[in-house]
Amino acid sequence: MIAARALAMRYGDRRVFRGVDVELADGAFLLVTGPNGSGKTTLLRVLAGLAAPTSGELRRPERHTIGYLGHDPLVYRELTPLENLTLFGRLYRLPERGERIGMLLERFGLWDVRHERVSTFSRGMQQRLGLCRVLLHDPQLLLLDEPYNALDAQGAALLDDLLGEERTHVVATHEPQRVEARATQRLAFA
Amino acid sequence: MKTHALAVATAALVGLAVALVFFYVPSDADQGFSQRIFYFHVPIALTSYVCFGWGAWKALRYLRSRDARADTESYVAIHQGVMFGALTLITGSIWAKASWGVWWSWGENQLVLFLVLFLFYCAYFMLRFSVDAGASRANMSAVYALFGVVLIPVSFLAIRLSQNFIHPVVFNSHGPQMTGAQFLTFCVSFAAVLAVFATLYRVELAGKRIDAHLRELRELLA
Amino acid sequence: MTYLSDVVALTRKDLLLELRAKETLPSMLLFVLAALTIFHFALPRGAGHTAALGLLWSALIFTALLGLTRAFVAEREQGMFDALVLAPCDRSAIWLAKSLAVLAFLAAAEVVALPAFAAFFSGIGGRTVVAVALADLGIAAVGTLFGAMAVAGRARELLLPLLFLPMAIPIVVGGVGGYLWFLVLYDAIFVVLAWATFEYVVAEV
Repeated sequence: MIAARALAMRYGDRRVFRGVDVELADGAFLLVTGPNGSGKTTLLRVLAGLAAPTSGELRRPERHTIGYLGHDPLVYRELTPLENLTLFGRLYRLPERGERIGMLLERFGLWDVRHERVSTFSRGMQQRLGLCRVLLHDPQLLLLDEPYNALDAQGAALLDDLLGEERTHVVATHEPQRVEARATQRLAFA
Repeated sequence: MKTHALAVATAALVGLAVALVFFYVPSDADQGFSQRIFYFHVPIALTSYVCFGWGAWKALRYLRSRDARADTESYVAIHQGVMFGALTLITGSIWAKASWGVWWSWGENQLVLFLVLFLFYCAYFMLRFSVDAGASRANMSAVYALFGVVLIPVSFLAIRLSQNFIHPVVFNSHGPQMTGAQFLTFCVSFAAVLAVFATLYRVELAGKRIDAHLRELRELLA
Repeated sequence: MTYLSDVVALTRKDLLLELRAKETLPSMLLFVLAALTIFHFALPRGAGHTAALGLLWSALIFTALLGLTRAFVAEREQGMFDALVLAPCDRSAIWLAKSLAVLAFLAAAEVVALPAFAAFFSGIGGRTVVAVALADLGIAAVGTLFGAMAVAGRARELLLPLLFLPMAIPIVVGGVGGYLWFLVLYDAIFVVLAWATFEYVVAEV
């Protein structure tokens, strides 16, 4: 699924990481740990194809088969959940958009607020909507940056279920206890 | 060619050009001695175009290859271009003072164009300083450099058009035809200024490369 | 065809965002009216039509700048470029949609500004209206591209005028002089260039 060799990333004088090797087979679960600012986010952005590594080789799947959740939930705050997901459903050219969106909103407990603006939501609800957006096109590879951030107990349980599904996962977190058991591979940043 | 050989050749060419301008070429019939600044002003202006063109070419190369070296080369060329552009404005201003008694003349198309380009390319540096070094900055710089090289003819045309409604009086600073001696001096001066550009370009690039190597070494040691 | 439907979906999003936030367009309208009022006091008595026309063009350029500064605020604040860039749509569709939204705001501001100018100063000919429309195309195309650059930087609001104003000089020349062919030429060149280069501005890879 992913093959990266000797990845290095640098912004001017600031080195983020170097010599990172990642080899992920289908269905693998990579846990990326390390303190804030250690390069976890940058690595995920590189794997997603959002950032170009300074050096190294990278083979990764097509971008439309990737589901990426960043620090922000990546949804428009002035739009409603339904409008957000409809927009991305169109951009991803989903054939049965309405059903898929309805199913996801139900699953993450957002169906009742589907017509309300995201800006009125708590951070946890926004994160749930972010997960809906990530799953919209049924990606084979999930890249999740601190996905448990701001989620309440119920939301975290929903995320646990999601991480148990048949996909390839890369999860970056500074508190790995919650997903430790699922990890097939680990990468620790200092 | 090695950089120091280039530097020696440049110094010789500049010396020759200065000698020709001050001791060989006869004074202009209309403008007298001060017209000699023409042999610096125009070659510097043309070299500035060469710099911007070279910077845009390297920018295009960067967008094709995503090779960080092309980004640095594009940056250095534009950096040189802005310095030569500033010199163009200064020499042009001196010339305007000598010929017409004013430091600035909106009637001089070339000079107005350089003001516009100077503003445009100074913003290029603001853009670079404002964004963290990396692929994203290199991409944006390259796109901006491409806009610059397209803006040159468009602005030139615009400035020509603006003469019709802003300043109906058009100064004509160029004499009828250059004589043989004038043309020779002009060509030598142009070659000398181009050589100065080539040398400075090499030196600045070498400096940047040493910087980069030093950084890598530091990282290996760290 | 998918390109077109992407552009439609994205433009709808941009217009909807403005409809909800109601920030950009009201500011542009107020700004252009305030600028024209200032110009009344700045313009010496007995100044000719061309002088007033010059001020109109300055007002339009600065009003456009105000709108362009806000154009990518939603994308910047919510990191939306990441989400949009990952979607399989062509990146230039993002630019085209945003340019169309900017164009709509410009047109709306001018629907107020041009009659106000005619009432405050002197009448407006059909040629000026056509020139303004042509200029809007170029302003929206170039401004949207540079706006995307400016939001990536630290200086943001400060950077856009520096990047954009030198590019606006030919537009002012074409507008004040009424050279419609020149505005058409400008539009043709820079719309194509902006369309072709936008993807490099929003995406590293």
